[in-house]
Amino acid sequence: MDAIILQILNGLDKGSAYALIALGLTLIFGTLGVVNFAHGALFMLGAFCTVTLSRLLTLSHEVVDPTRKDFLGNPLKVDVPYIYDIFGETTGATIIDWAVPLSILFAIPVMIGIGVLMERGLIKHFYKRPHADQILVTFGLAIVLQEIIKYYFGANQIPAPAPQAFVGSLDFGALVGFEPGAIIYPYWRIVYFCFAMILIGAVFAFLQFTTFGMVVRAGMADRETVGLLGINIDRRFTIMFGIAAAVAGLAGVMYTPINSPNYHMGMDFLVISFVVVVVGGMGSLPGAVLAGFVLGVLESFASMRQVIELLPGVNQVVIYLAAIVILLTRPRGLLGRRGVMED
Amino acid sequence: MFGLNKKDTSLLLIVAALVLLAPIILNPFPEGSGLAQFNAGYPDLMQRFVIFGIFAIGFNILFGLTGYLSFGHAAFLGAGSYAGMWMMKLLSINVIPAIIFSTIIAGVISLAIGWISLRRSGIYFSILTLAFAQMAFALAASVLTPITGGETGLQTNLNDPRILPQFLGGGSSVDGNIPKPSLFGMEVSSSFELPVAGWLWTFNWGYYICGFMMLVAFYLAIRIFRSPFGLMLKAVKSNQQRMNYTGLNTGPYMLACFVISGMYAGLAGGLMAAMDPQVGAERMQWTASGEVVLMTILGGVGTLIGPVLGAGLIKYFENIFSKINDNLLHQWFAFLPDGLEDFMVTIIHPFIGKGWHLTLGLMFMAIVIFLPGGLVEGGQRIRKMFNRRSEEPATKTTPAE
Repeated sequence: MDAIILQILNGLDKGSAYALIALGLTLIFGTLGVVNFAHGALFMLGAFCTVTLSRLLTLSHEVVDPTRKDFLGNPLKVDVPYIYDIFGETTGATIIDWAVPLSILFAIPVMIGIGVLMERGLIKHFYKRPHADQILVTFGLAIVLQEIIKYYFGANQIPAPAPQAFVGSLDFGALVGFEPGAIIYPYWRIVYFCFAMILIGAVFAFLQFTTFGMVVRAGMADRETVGLLGINIDRRFTIMFGIAAAVAGLAGVMYTPINSPNYHMGMDFLVISFVVVVVGGMGSLPGAVLAGFVLGVLESFASMRQVIELLPGVNQVVIYLAAIVILLTRPRGLLGRRGVMED
Repeated sequence: MFGLNKKDTSLLLIVAALVLLAPIILNPFPEGSGLAQFNAGYPDLMQRFVIFGIFAIGFNILFGLTGYLSFGHAAFLGAGSYAGMWMMKLLSINVIPAIIFSTIIAGVISLAIGWISLRRSGIYFSILTLAFAQMAFALAASVLTPITGGETGLQTNLNDPRILPQFLGGGSSVDGNIPKPSLFGMEVSSSFELPVAGWLWTFNWGYYICGFMMLVAFYLAIRIFRSPFGLMLKAVKSNQQRMNYTGLNTGPYMLACFVISGMYAGLAGGLMAAMDPQVGAERMQWTASGEVVLMTILGGVGTLIGPVLGAGLIKYFENIFSKINDNLLHQWFAFLPDGLEDFMVTIIHPFIGKGWHLTLGLMFMAIVIFLPGGLVEGGQRIRKMFNRRSEEPATKTTPAE
């Protein structure tokens, strides 16, 4: 029993990442009708927002430390981040420690900017072209973005640790009545899951309860009619693209302590998140979220030691197997509607 | 000739001549000159040109004719490689059974995958093939380790059984060396070097085997494109629904097309294993499927010669462009004043050497955006531009109809 709960918990953080990326993909697909193969790259760019911010925060200059001397008796030089000069040492250290959560603030405008730029500069010209062309051009864009990041940040993984306050694990088992130590769950994964839930909730609330969201939903249903009502639907869709990019970016930002950013993380997640979207049902937002969590948990179950011993390697194929089975039994995906992408 | 019309025959003959003379054409710069590193006429690379040419021709039969974008073709390439490798390990080091078996195996696998994937069209089809290919990759890398060698891959060994060595020749390992893949005793790695003035031309036996296979593949592709079957596939591309409404079941045609395309990939995989007897799972990764898509798009989707051109160009870039380093750039721009030289090198630096993928991505995007027909369309446009210029007076005088 405790093992099952542990696997469910383990699946949730990966599932959160899948769900967030798939949510953005579905959003773009539902609003603009564009298949965005560069979405994984947006996830990766978000992660590198964190890297950039923590590098900015730790920018430092050399200062002679009068209290310390090296073995020749010369005064020792130490690197002092500029941020210490501004905020003082304790506050500065705290800010650096909290770089990952802080980069949320940094990533939101950056990712929205990148998203809007991408839509206006490139995607806009591909609405009328076939889906294959959209896939191809965004695939090319993904390669370009990935290579740029590789050029500036190198090919190695760059660790981005979570704040000290979230290092360590919660003894989850003791909380719910199992023996202590049976279910240990790292704090940051809890944070990631909660963050994903809040973000998903925010996106749904935004679409459900604001006028802007209402117009966008109307536009998703019938773009032309909404346009005929004198509403500038294109601008709203551009903003939605920016929001989708920001969602993917934030998913990347918060994922950095779980898995250090590297330049190909986008491509790694892209394939699976497309599978998630299709399993959830193309164009269905709740479907994307549901499928994200379901497949994440499924993957973690398949990674259990007992399962691996029985069927080695099944953890790597279980998602695709599930996708194939689901697509064959429910061709429109879990929550897909009729008439979406059925040309 | 060969049941082709005049235009296609000349195209086939041109391609045949190019394949035959490739060792000379691809070595335009004399040995030892500063530009010698742009020579692509060495066996390794030429083999890759034609093998990926076969792969791209096969992919184009599916994508170019029917418009079904498969993102999983690397799976067939990999399967073909493994199958060919096993034939060389078990049966004989001769490449003939290897490539026959790899084509068959890839055909069987593509039959299974196509049977399922072709139930859906559009983006669903792309994702399904992608899922299958990723699954095949994961299977090859872990689950099927006894067959595929897992992460380490597969290669020929000294103590492989090779039960038919006498019959097909070249299989003996009496001298204690691992026997090299061969065609009836002629090792594929054997080459004939011909020094002419400053040039050194290498005529490699393995390359000519691959080249011959590519010509056969190319010929078959022409026949498929011009056949009623090909016409049917084109009709599917233009409007599948209408085809279904006329009471015609497009399913078997699509499946046949998918299997043919998969067999081409398998043949390419088998040749790859025969030329370089080691196979790894990374050959099946989805980025490898992306590569063949890039090749086909770059050359021109739905054209006969396009995929071969695209494959050649990308492989040329991968092997030649990526070798240019900063030192070389400094040499090239040495005539500029110092500051300007450094500036030029800094600008170009990200796009060459290890960064050649960036160039590839940009080039690819530019092609999709501005030239959806690829290089072939580019060539046609240029030709049309010249023709129009020369014909302009004539067109002006014709009365409007």
